[in-house]
Amino acid sequence: MTALHKVTPERLEVTRAIDDVLAAYVRSSDADGTSGPGAVSTFLGLVRDRNAGRTVTRLEYEAYEPLALKAFERIADEAAERWPGAVVGIRHRTGTLAIGETSVVIVGVSAHRADAFAVTRYAIERIKQIAPIWKREHFDGGEVWIEGATADPLDEAARAEALRRACV
Amino acid sequence: MRVTVRVFAGLRDLIGTDEAVRDLTAPAVVRDVWRSLVREHPSLEAYTAAVSVAVNTEYSRMDAPVTDGDEIAFLPPVSGGSGARVPARRIH
Repeated sequence: MTALHKVTPERLEVTRAIDDVLAAYVRSSDADGTSGPGAVSTFLGLVRDRNAGRTVTRLEYEAYEPLALKAFERIADEAAERWPGAVVGIRHRTGTLAIGETSVVIVGVSAHRADAFAVTRYAIERIKQIAPIWKREHFDGGEVWIEGATADPLDEAARAEALRRACV
Repeated sequence: MRVTVRVFAGLRDLIGTDEAVRDLTAPAVVRDVWRSLVREHPSLEAYTAAVSVAVNTEYSRMDAPVTDGDEIAFLPPVSGGSGARVPARRIH
């Protein structure tokens, strides 16, 4: 069975991710006797050429891989708890990425579109909160580690905020 | 007892290595490991309020006990995904 979540230095393949998550959904819906897939939502994060007024030349992603995979599993479990039946797969790239390359692929599959959109949005918000992944921005004139959230999976306020954003 | 310490991203840059071994007197908690790092690298102090910790690749807490052979990871604020809106903290 192909892994649902990945942390990889290799290019992310969107159609492959969709096939893998669809297959996981079908295994799960067959086992539960529930509806087959009716909607797939994908989110791709790209390396943007500008950030905070700086001209970005490339990004370098670093992950604590075993913990990142566990964080992705936790996020997928949280999503399935809120949106029963939905399946979400998360794939994150590591290493040096050029402008325009895909850093993250999220695939949400469910019976209906609303849940597919919601789990995908929820997953990206939670990744930014709790996945042990860091990016170093290289820009014209220097480089800097971007430091966002202090990762705390048990922070209920952060989780509530991710749920709120997923439901707009 | 002996533990392995792992650090990432900005923390690794400050310490100059991504992995180190620390000898501690039992009983000890994660905070003791962090304190010993800060003693050696005072610039880490700025991270004390912002750092997350993991023990044996599970998120944990500063007051969690550590045992011989543990892998203790200190994680600076994370920035995975895409499209950072947060300002950069430090320019190297």
